[in-house]
Amino acid sequence: MSSAAGRREPGSASRLALAHMWVAFGLFAVASVLGVYQLLERDHFVRTSAAAYYESSTLHGVVQAFVLTTFFIVGFGYCVTAASLGRPIRRLGLAWLGFWTMLVGSVVAALSIAAGKATVLYTFYPPMVAHWTFYAGAALLLVGSLAWTWITIAETVGWKRENPGRPVPLAQFGMTAAAILWAWTLVGVVVEVVFQLLPLSLGLAPSVDVGLARTLFSWTLHPIVYFWLIPAYVALYALVPKSAGGYLFSDEVGRIAFVMLLVFSLPIGLHHIFVDPEQAAGWKLMHALGTFLVAVPTLLTGFTVTASLETAGRLRGGKGLFGWIGRLPWSEPVTLGGILAVIVLLPGGFGGLVNASYAMNVMVHNTAWITAHFHLILGGTVVTMYFASAYALWPKLTGRRLHSKGMATAQLWLWFVGLLLLTVPWHYQGLLGMPRRVAYMPYDPALVARWERWNVLILAGGVLMVLSAVLLVVNLLLTHRGPAEEGGRELAFADTLAPVVRVPALLNGFTVWNWLLVALMTLSWAYPIGQFFFIGVHKALPWGFR
Amino acid sequence: MAAHPLERRWIVISVLLVTAMGGLIVATASLHGLHPPSNVETIDSTRLHLTPEFAEDHLGVERAKDGTVVVRLVMARYMVHPQEITLPADTPIVLRVASADVLHGLHVPGTNIGTQVVPGYVAEVRTTIRFDSAAKIGTPNADGSVTLPLFCNEYCGLGHQSMWGRVRVTRP
Repeated sequence: MSSAAGRREPGSASRLALAHMWVAFGLFAVASVLGVYQLLERDHFVRTSAAAYYESSTLHGVVQAFVLTTFFIVGFGYCVTAASLGRPIRRLGLAWLGFWTMLVGSVVAALSIAAGKATVLYTFYPPMVAHWTFYAGAALLLVGSLAWTWITIAETVGWKRENPGRPVPLAQFGMTAAAILWAWTLVGVVVEVVFQLLPLSLGLAPSVDVGLARTLFSWTLHPIVYFWLIPAYVALYALVPKSAGGYLFSDEVGRIAFVMLLVFSLPIGLHHIFVDPEQAAGWKLMHALGTFLVAVPTLLTGFTVTASLETAGRLRGGKGLFGWIGRLPWSEPVTLGGILAVIVLLPGGFGGLVNASYAMNVMVHNTAWITAHFHLILGGTVVTMYFASAYALWPKLTGRRLHSKGMATAQLWLWFVGLLLLTVPWHYQGLLGMPRRVAYMPYDPALVARWERWNVLILAGGVLMVLSAVLLVVNLLLTHRGPAEEGGRELAFADTLAPVVRVPALLNGFTVWNWLLVALMTLSWAYPIGQFFFIGVHKALPWGFR
Repeated sequence: MAAHPLERRWIVISVLLVTAMGGLIVATASLHGLHPPSNVETIDSTRLHLTPEFAEDHLGVERAKDGTVVVRLVMARYMVHPQEITLPADTPIVLRVASADVLHGLHVPGTNIGTQVVPGYVAEVRTTIRFDSAAKIGTPNADGSVTLPLFCNEYCGLGHQSMWGRVRVTRP
């Protein structure tokens, strides 16, 4: 093989990363179309059936929240680990085993839903039961991703052993935080699926403790969002300043943010069940206060990323308080993605603080406000950074130039505008009490008419987002067939304003933080989970969803 | 490596911001008793009809001796029992709700009535309906009262959207 051809052919590690990310984006595009179908159903443009609506809702949620995120993060993680540690990933066999396990699990779960056997939404909702294949598929997806968790942690530990005293590169530090967070996160949902839902769906258990199941799921529900977010933040810290031609403002604050995201996102899940009867007010208040703490690392990230962009704008000749903004390279997809991701984090984070507000939560609970909030976070900041990262990674992984920067920036703008059209009215509808996740709204016509007045904007937003998803897939596909990339195959990360020579041991590893988590998790969850074994619960019988 | 002065200032601002918000929540919770509905009280959902509290002839609105209005509801796919209730505004209300089957949610927009209804538990909401807030959302009636929808707001199966009733809110 000639060296030119060798440079063009993706290596086996690149194939690994591309395989993960193609599964992510391919299914993402399909599930986005389902989202628009649901809007059309809600807007009376098409009328299929309630069953079809809820089935679509289940598939849309499972794919976007579990499949897209997990596959993308694992693929992205392998790229970051190899590039930042400057050596190829070892344990490729294990990595592929993880990939196939995740893929088989996803396909089994998706087929189970598509066959109409698992219309229970992606939040499971026992004592309704789906066909056992749905839970088994979901479990395989989650367990398969643990291969990546293991590899990421092992790579960091091995690198530290070989490079004593040297700081772990920030990007790898962040991905290690994500890997550790993921292991902790999965405990709740895996215990629920393995010990409650699978036995129930297989007929091995006659009944289920719903309070326990909901509490276990809430263990997972909050940190999972930070598992999605940390890789987005890694891209904001490591890729965006570089693409803008600037420097990372602070390496140390980035490390503090990653540590805080790990430690504070785990012991706070009860805020997802603020209005549930089975948990006492005191525990909810404790988790509410913890939820506010986890806003701090996001506030820090917002500052650091903005300050880093400012260094770029000023280096490019920007003057004055705001003059640097116009000088940023808005036509660079990675820079643009970073800017838009931070902008949508403002309303997304604000909504999150409202949701976290203990007693106020009841006003927005299960209304369209919530749908708006997580579409801004997952569909906004998180996914926008996945797009931007893909534009940075594809040329490196394929050895070919990105097909079209113009198409990439158009895609990001379309997504941004579509997302705002989708979510701003949803917030308003939610405040007027419109529930989420209903196929039709047979309630008082005058009130429903007030809600539905905004639907045309929402639908327009959804359509723009699907167009954007198509542009993404087309651009990435065409990149595989394009001319060779001239810029080399190494993924480059942003340099810090001041060179990073030493960092405190606390900000270079996670041992202490894991022990702190053991203490915090015991404090926050031992009673809320343990109570079900002595308060005299009455288990619920299983029900189908029909 | 020392943090940049601007950065240090921002860290202080961030911490103050979340402390203020957390403090406000603790203050409203402890001084005004503003809590989410939390009532760790178990019940056998398969035998609701045999309990003294949730047997059918005890459902609906009842005025307690101390003037509190007590409402007992049962939610079951895909109905709310009773389907229509009348509640006075500006009067302390206690709602006690149980599910006879799966997970449900109860929401009356324009009021603070909202809770998950989890099988195996009695959900309890203590609140007072403000007539002005209810009037902003509800449909006015000829007698000066307003009607609000009361619906299940947690997916409970393929008929979920049909699960709703009405609350007539009367002026105090």
